Amino acid sequence: MSDSALPRYALAAPQRPWPGVLLAAAAWAAAGAAIRFWPDEAEYTRTLAPIVFGIAVALSLLAAIGPYLPERAAKVRFAAPWAVALAIALTLWEIVTAKTGYLPRPFFVPPQELMGVFIDDWAKLLECVAHSVILLASGYALGSSLGFLTGLALGWSKAVGYWGHPILRLIGPLPATAWLPIAFFMFPSSWSAAVFLIALASGLPVAILTWSGVSAVGGAYYDIARTLGGSPRFLVLKVTIPAAMPSVFVGLFMGLSASFAVLVVAEMMGVKAGLGWYLQWAQGWAAYGNMYAALGVMAVMCSTLVTLLFQVRGRLLAWQKGLLRW
Amino acid sequence: MVNPATTETALPAGMALEIDGIRHAFTLEGRPLPVLDDVSFSVEPGEFVALLGPSGCGKSTLLRLLAGLEPPDHGEARADGVAITAPDPSRVVVFQDPTLFPWRTVRANVALGLEAQGLMKTRAYRIDEALERVGLGAFGNVYPHQLSGGMAQRAALARALVNDPRLLILDEPLGKLDSLTRMSMQSEIVDLWRRDGFTTLLVTHDVEEALFMATRVIVFSERPARITADIAIARDYPRHRSDPYFADLKRRVFGLLGMDATW
Ligand SMILES: Nc1ncnc2c1ncn2[C@@H]1O[C@H](COP(=O)(O)OP(=O)(O)OP(=O)(O)O)[C@@H](O)[C@H]1O
Ligand SMILES: [Mg+2]
Repeated sequence: MSDSALPRYALAAPQRPWPGVLLAAAAWAAAGAAIRFWPDEAEYTRTLAPIVFGIAVALSLLAAIGPYLPERAAKVRFAAPWAVALAIALTLWEIVTAKTGYLPRPFFVPPQELMGVFIDDWAKLLECVAHSVILLASGYALGSSLGFLTGLALGWSKAVGYWGHPILRLIGPLPATAWLPIAFFMFPSSWSAAVFLIALASGLPVAILTWSGVSAVGGAYYDIARTLGGSPRFLVLKVTIPAAMPSVFVGLFMGLSASFAVLVVAEMMGVKAGLGWYLQWAQGWAAYGNMYAALGVMAVMCSTLVTLLFQVRGRLLAWQKGLLRW
Repeated sequence: MVNPATTETALPAGMALEIDGIRHAFTLEGRPLPVLDDVSFSVEPGEFVALLGPSGCGKSTLLRLLAGLEPPDHGEARADGVAITAPDPSRVVVFQDPTLFPWRTVRANVALGLEAQGLMKTRAYRIDEALERVGLGAFGNVYPHQLSGGMAQRAALARALVNDPRLLILDEPLGKLDSLTRMSMQSEIVDLWRRDGFTTLLVTHDVEEALFMATRVIVFSERPARITADIAIARDYPRHRSDPYFADLKRRVFGLLGMDATW
């Protein structure tokens, strides 16, 4: 009998749960048991074990309903090996800190303490993220748009290239952080100084790579556009810019990494807000848990921004074959 | 269909060309490389002239000068009596290499000329028409790297055709096509030329193609290119490839190109 001949409800016959996710649930349950029942070497908060058990329960539920999910959502099952690995990592971390004290306090913190930081201090961390993101976005937007226009002018105009090239060659290799002391007394506020530094750090690579992208545009493209009646404006907008875009994006990625570095340093040195400042402040109080928490948040923030840029690139450069997926 | 003769001041559909004593040289490794040596000929409006010559003799260079992409060292090329100094969309080139813009879909590539001239509002319908004509109707939304070499060449041809050129300059436009597609594209181009009456210059290495399509064949020497023969082809259209007249002409042209032995 063929499938189509079966009555509809027969298709809903019970299906076996996802084995990989079931294994992950078991791993998390084991981690929870270790946290709950293996006595601590010192007294720690007890809230971690219930959360880990909760994750185990959620995973087993997912394993059960997984086979009924639509294919798009069902892709989550490929993360099962990671879920197992994370459970193992958490258990090991718990053992070398809270259970045995093999890694000394206060430099190393057990998971409980890190979680405590997020529970107690989430509002402040969130505020710091907001500060950092606004500062970074202001500097990066300013720097990359000025860098793009500079690169375009350098590549397009002989005169600009003549004057710009030596300047860029001299200033370009200088790390933006070297300007830090000067920037902080030249600008009216430490915030505007930081915006300047971040703009400088991101603008230089964008300018150089836009320039190199513009210079590399094949003459044949211009020949085509010119014989079809393209004005100089058309050539810039419809030939130069799209053709240089892959190179511009290399510059945008380099600029983004450079701006992260400058952001943290600027926040540590002068700006009294943001994750860099939080790190500095936590160090002053020897609050190592807070430092790890801030580092984690910073990693998530930077990774998210890089991912965003990858998505913009994926949209704009969909025409390129073999584009790296992030 | 808009007839150019009614919208503009009674210009014929085809462009008249005069090529007057053109010499041109490049500098290669510090030494001058003469490429065109006193090339002169004129083309009547609506003629279909095939240019034949050995590889590297300077045919593409001549076409670039006629397109207005570069000025000649000496001499002058005139379109309808006016010296050619800059590119103009009335003279459209299909280059030897298709050079589609990789960041544009095939349709957007074909639309390039209309966009450049601000004609997208009134003439966009021509795009699909041209794509159909070259057999790429189903490939409008595809990116160039997804096309075969021959398809890319046909797309480049469509990109030229949408602009209603008065002079169509073709630099080996069918070089990468298989022989069957090639024959049908030859007939397609001849039909278009007969229908619209533009002047056509065709560079090709295929003597049969030149004889089958053109009203006149100009043969060039080795570099620096000089005209060695200018042959009118007195056959009406539609032509037949098996016509014995072509076999005789072919022998003559191969002789001019230095290929006597095998013929
Ligand atoms: N931009 C350039 N700079 C220097 N030399 C050039 C340049 N363009 C062409 N040449 C030289 O001019 C000569 C003629 O080139 P051209 O492309 O016109 O030949 P062609 O007749 O079209 O050849 P083919 O049939 O192989 O396409 C060649 O020897 C080439 O090396
Ligand atoms: Mg050539």
